[in-house]
Amino acid sequence: MNLNKLTLKKAIDLIDKKEISLKEVYSDILEMVNKKNKEFNIYLTLNKDAENDAEKQKDRPLRGLPIAVKDNFLTVGLSTTASSKLLDDFMPPYESTVTKRLKEAGGVVIGKTNMDAWAHGSSTETSDFGPTKNPRNPDYLPGGSSGGSAAAIAADMTIAAIGSETAGSIRQPAAWCGVVGLKPTYGRTSRYGVVAMGSSLDSPGPITKTVEDSAIILNQIAGSDENDGTTSPLPVIDYTKNLKNGVKGMKIGICYIDHPKIRGTPVAKAIIEAGKFFERSGAKVDLLQTTPNLENGKVLSHEHAIGVYTVVQRSEVSSNLSRYDGIRYGKDRSNFGHEAKNRLMLGTFTLSKGYADKYYVLAQKIRSLYLKNFQDLFNKYDLLISSPSPTFALPAGSLGDDPMFGELQDLLVEPSALAGICGISVPMFRDEKTNLYLGLNIMGNYFQEEKILQAAYTFEQGTKWNSWTK
Amino acid sequence: MEFVDKINMNNYKTIIGMEIHVQLKTKSGMFCGCKNDPDVKEPNIHTCPVCLGLPGGLPVANKKAIEWTIKLGLALGCKINRFSKFDRKHYFYPDLAKGYQISQYDIPFCYEGKIETSYGPVGITRVHLEEDTGKLIHDTVNGKKVSLIDFNRSGTPLVEIVTEPEIYSSVQAKEYAKKLRQIIRYLDISNCDMEKGGMRLEANISLAVIPAEAGIQDKTLKLPNYKVELKNINSFRFLERGIEYEIKRQRDLLETRITPDQETRGYNSEKNITYTQRSKESAEDYRYFPDPDLPPIRFDDKWFGDIKSLVPEFLDEVFGRWEKDYKVDRKITELLFETAEESKKLDEIFSNLAKQKLDVNKFVNAVANKKLMIDLFVNNVDEVINTYKKSVTVDEITNEDLKKIIIKVIGANPKATADLKAGKTQSINFLVGQVMKEAKKKIEFKRLESLITSML
Repeated sequence: MNLNKLTLKKAIDLIDKKEISLKEVYSDILEMVNKKNKEFNIYLTLNKDAENDAEKQKDRPLRGLPIAVKDNFLTVGLSTTASSKLLDDFMPPYESTVTKRLKEAGGVVIGKTNMDAWAHGSSTETSDFGPTKNPRNPDYLPGGSSGGSAAAIAADMTIAAIGSETAGSIRQPAAWCGVVGLKPTYGRTSRYGVVAMGSSLDSPGPITKTVEDSAIILNQIAGSDENDGTTSPLPVIDYTKNLKNGVKGMKIGICYIDHPKIRGTPVAKAIIEAGKFFERSGAKVDLLQTTPNLENGKVLSHEHAIGVYTVVQRSEVSSNLSRYDGIRYGKDRSNFGHEAKNRLMLGTFTLSKGYADKYYVLAQKIRSLYLKNFQDLFNKYDLLISSPSPTFALPAGSLGDDPMFGELQDLLVEPSALAGICGISVPMFRDEKTNLYLGLNIMGNYFQEEKILQAAYTFEQGTKWNSWTK
Repeated sequence: MEFVDKINMNNYKTIIGMEIHVQLKTKSGMFCGCKNDPDVKEPNIHTCPVCLGLPGGLPVANKKAIEWTIKLGLALGCKINRFSKFDRKHYFYPDLAKGYQISQYDIPFCYEGKIETSYGPVGITRVHLEEDTGKLIHDTVNGKKVSLIDFNRSGTPLVEIVTEPEIYSSVQAKEYAKKLRQIIRYLDISNCDMEKGGMRLEANISLAVIPAEAGIQDKTLKLPNYKVELKNINSFRFLERGIEYEIKRQRDLLETRITPDQETRGYNSEKNITYTQRSKESAEDYRYFPDPDLPPIRFDDKWFGDIKSLVPEFLDEVFGRWEKDYKVDRKITELLFETAEESKKLDEIFSNLAKQKLDVNKFVNAVANKKLMIDLFVNNVDEVINTYKKSVTVDEITNEDLKKIIIKVIGANPKATADLKAGKTQSINFLVGQVMKEAKKKIEFKRLESLITSML
């Protein structure tokens, strides 16, 4: 048996039953890493002490099992680059809250995964250290920006992984790689020690093989943090407890499939199938209409969200990257890649005197319309479903020169990202010919992680799409 | 009339607005847990990922600093924004770790207050809270000129108090700044140590030209179309001198029909001149926007009430009350104390003195003249009053007995007696002292003085 293929839950169980040893798990994982990392370009850095560290963690909740971490989380002893040349020799002097909590829970950071540089992108092609390949089909992109973490799961190069999402950066690569990705509510997980991208949007979260694994990881990383004033004081519940309670009686709304870009596509078909599945499982499912203006009971069209998201995120990026001014970190600004420069220029412009009102302030006003829209919808529905991406994974090299590539990829998640609500992507279809996957995006209201996990678990168990549970 | 003569007959009105930065003496930093210690000697030891602006560092606002800012605002009679926020102010400077300073832009904590001066009230435009920057040190290391950065100061809570352009002279500017320091020390929220940069003064100075035909009291006076920012002044005396220099410099320019440049100037105390630091011809663009790392601040009734209860009686009211009740002079009384805590102790002492029918004004003078060797704020009220009483009570002695002693002293000191007769009045001090010594008693000076004089 290849122990690298174990889910987190299964690995914990087998270790507890003493049927497997950590040593065997690590041996199988490193074997896979040695075999495939060069080809897929998933890990930028490997933790040479992982196995030794693991032995000491055996009695803790995560049992010393390996966790792949996106390279924008600061990890003491492992360089943290955010896949950018500018930070290519940056050794963090402190630990991010998320990895600190994982370590305290007995998780071991096995390595740091590739990503779009500074998390700017949806393909992992903008990494200054080369693109990552989709392990499901190496001719295709893994998605991004957490492409390395999603690929690490898909390639069984780890047991669990951590990513971060600003808009789609967990769920879209999870969908394209055929894995599970959970984007928690903004403020449910701490941003402390994560290289900032869009500060009002960034949410760290798990990327795993199964829904239950995501719940297990969320249990360890969620919760308020005195180092992040935007985290919520709401207590953390056991997210695994009610996983098996089903969706009976839940009201679910299907979003965005009437959009010209989605209508009639495999994505739309798969979402409708998912809707039917939930109906069979006892939920009440409605098809929601998309409208260009705010209307009760309808979904506000995501087109405005692209503009709003672009302005807000670029503005915040231009501010967050201003600390890399050439004085510290030993590298000057010429080390910023093309995409980062694009974003810096646009964000600087949208915050400039005379333009801030026209762009940034206006964007924040429209952003509040999305908040309103989701609150209206969540008054009527427990969950909303769509897809994190309008397509299957695109072929490698698709990014080309399109400065809006990511925004068009993420158009279906940007409204929810702006609102800060939670969502989870689970595999909902696999194309036999290409071996590529589609993801189902299940969204819930603020701090309703338990509910989306419950629905995602129901879907995963009742369908054949998860390659680890089938 | 030639136009030159006409110009020279113009009047000028000095118009000054001030911006004063004050470091709060909270235990920890504005947005991190680092120790706030202005006396630290070794560089870069009170630093952390947040105040160094490391990747992933996030600010968390210091509640005490916010409360103290509101407290100051209330003590200046300001209105308070019950909803407020922090904004990012972007600019490049090597001592600015994040490439932006966390400050407050359009919703400062406090606005529209005032400080009374003897030349009229000075309106306070706003009081806001921000973080201090690091410090550049230009030095020579191994024979090489280097610029070093010390981040100890980075993230120290800094309050900025901005006035309306309602200060009209250098003396008024000095009085305003001194009074502000007095109020801040009274609130016990900052040491305002000017030498260590705990209080930094800036004055925006310009001269309004009042055409000869208009009166100086012309209310329609328009603000000049330029202003000169006088920066980094670390003493009240330099503030006064710097402004004086600027007034003269600008006046000389205006009289030759040159509008002074819009610029930032420094003050050289050795040469007593101001000098150009940097041109401010184009407005800077700080690209302000609300800091997404810091949730907006709402003061609910409970929190606001708690802060309000921290605000002591207004300093002007304390002095007014004392002047009315005890006839004490503010100018002397203010030498006695700094903090509100201390003023409360004085209140107690004053009322006890009054109860015992003792003259409070005399007490105040005795303390101010250092005739009373006791610490008012260490010892308890009874000890203070008893010490004072001892220092002023006189021993009983009849005029008959006194006269006998005086005769003896006059006889023994013919020179002093002759000097006094010749009009050397200071000789009386000597004779009085001799009499007291001989009598081995404490006797009122005035009584002895008149007795001795009458006996010559």
